[in-house]
Amino acid sequence: MRDTFVQTLESLLPEHQETVLITGDLGFGVLTAPDDEAQTRFGERHPQHFINAGVAEQNMTAIAAGMALQGFKAWTYSIGNFPTLRALEQIRNDICYHDANVTIVAIGGGFSYGQLGMSHFATEDLAIIRALPNMKVLAPCEKWEVTDLVTELCATPGPAYLRIDKSHGGVERRDGEQAKIGKARMVRDGSDGTLIACGGILSEAMIAADRLAEQGLSMRILSMHTIKPLDVDAVLSASRETGGIVSVEEHNVIGGLGSAIAETCLSEGTIPSYFHRIGLADHYPTIVGDQDYLRAQYGMNADAIVAAVLDKLGDSSEATVADLVAAQ
Amino acid sequence: MSQISNSSIPNAKGSEQFAYNIRAHALEMISASGASHIGSVYSVADLMAVLFSSVMQLDPENPQWEDRDRFVLSKGHAGASVYVSLAERGFFDHQLLSTYYTNGSTLSGHVSHKNVPGVDISTGSLGHGLGIGAGMAMASRKLEKDWRSFVVLSDGECDEGSIWEAALFAAHNRLGRLTTIIDYNKIQSLAPVSETMALEPFRDKWEAFGWQVRESDGHDHAALKAAMSDLPADGEKPLAIIAHTTKGKGVSFFEERVLWHYRCPRGEELEAARADLAGNYPALSAAFAGGEAHA
Repeated sequence: MRDTFVQTLESLLPEHQETVLITGDLGFGVLTAPDDEAQTRFGERHPQHFINAGVAEQNMTAIAAGMALQGFKAWTYSIGNFPTLRALEQIRNDICYHDANVTIVAIGGGFSYGQLGMSHFATEDLAIIRALPNMKVLAPCEKWEVTDLVTELCATPGPAYLRIDKSHGGVERRDGEQAKIGKARMVRDGSDGTLIACGGILSEAMIAADRLAEQGLSMRILSMHTIKPLDVDAVLSASRETGGIVSVEEHNVIGGLGSAIAETCLSEGTIPSYFHRIGLADHYPTIVGDQDYLRAQYGMNADAIVAAVLDKLGDSSEATVADLVAAQ
Repeated sequence: MSQISNSSIPNAKGSEQFAYNIRAHALEMISASGASHIGSVYSVADLMAVLFSSVMQLDPENPQWEDRDRFVLSKGHAGASVYVSLAERGFFDHQLLSTYYTNGSTLSGHVSHKNVPGVDISTGSLGHGLGIGAGMAMASRKLEKDWRSFVVLSDGECDEGSIWEAALFAAHNRLGRLTTIIDYNKIQSLAPVSETMALEPFRDKWEAFGWQVRESDGHDHAALKAAMSDLPADGEKPLAIIAHTTKGKGVSFFEERVLWHYRCPRGEELEAARADLAGNYPALSAAFAGGEAHA
């Protein structure tokens, strides 16, 4: 996804000369490279559109706001929580209050950097950034969604947050299919419930749906690459037409996609017959591992999704989520 | 639109009168609404007056004029000084000043750009303004524009790490059209700067970070104007002007007292402050014609 983001931005430079990409000294291999490889990378090829602001995320964010308010479209770029939580007040006051044309790009959503430890787990970002007025929040599920959403962001003024995952859903684009900001994408239709995912963890929802299908359950799957503004119609339709909703996100269960769905259902008076949030159960992992490993350890993989759906539908023949977590 | 020379500013007044008007209006605004930070407003009144009356290129008829100089009051708690300055320059009517800090007003205690012509940047949380100003200066260079970016900092604000991030960035990127003026009154919120988080050797710090540094009496208008008007010969270094100021300057019993960072003058204190201010600047007081705005 990271490479797709940079390639897309680069391909759009001819028609978006107002673009400036500001990194907090990260992006080795994609924005910069050593020696004779450098000229193949964004930073070397487009110095007029590239700033390395150093390891100073608060300032990076303020610089972006200052430039955006003079007509630039600024993209701040760093990994994990650095471009978001470290610079949160600059995002709030300098970008959001001024409605500045800045997209904050965080590489490594969720457990993308799972071996690096707690500092690099981006598992509260969606909740925190979602609470900021004027802000759009995007967590693409597929590389090709990144292409579509970045293209649209280039032409969409105002603050946005783009969470880039190491993993991806793995479902190819169908003919004519597009990802559009604020519109859920139906990956698969079904009638026994809906799995609503954001980020690369969509792949777990796909596996879970296949396994549930083997048990005769037909699951709808939505790619909810835009958490804000949330596609209210898609959520309400999922509730009305399929009965149940299970949210799937590599994020704390508090405040992210699942919370946004629950708020929407309650506010609109459309209550699903069952509802469950797959996510991190409000704690900090103290072990490391790759993305698949940590999803399994923390009850966020296909097994957990299957168990949750069966549990909600009254079939306890498989382990429940509580069992899975308790077994860790 | 061509650049406006400062000598032809329609509502130009002498900067001394401009500064007096900031103090006189701010006293009424702050006392009437129960606001605070009068010591900070009085501290910056002179440097704000020089900036807004004699240095910055602005167009009150077109607040978003593309070639205007950009201004950030990073010490947003002195917001009253910005609002009076804009009214003095004709961006809006003085009557608006009487709404300051009151229910439903657009004039917040800390400066806000929303629905206030002439304000580019909202501030209030310390440590934000220099980075934004550096971003503006970076934009002007990329756009090959001549306008300057001015940022007014407080001394206490220099406790914030983000100030020094921005200082590094501006020097590294040779943002010669960025100027910061530091209101060095040596008193912060709870105690003197020297007892809170010492900044000295302050000049050396800025120089070590790669800035041109000038020091000025922060109440001497000619010195301030000279320091602000001409960019240094080394046009690639950002400019820091350390303005040595007196907190509460203008009302004797406000001066150099931590108390008046937050205390609001009311009742007998208000009367005494009015009399003291007028007594310290008798000619400017006689020429002040803005009192009816607060009737």
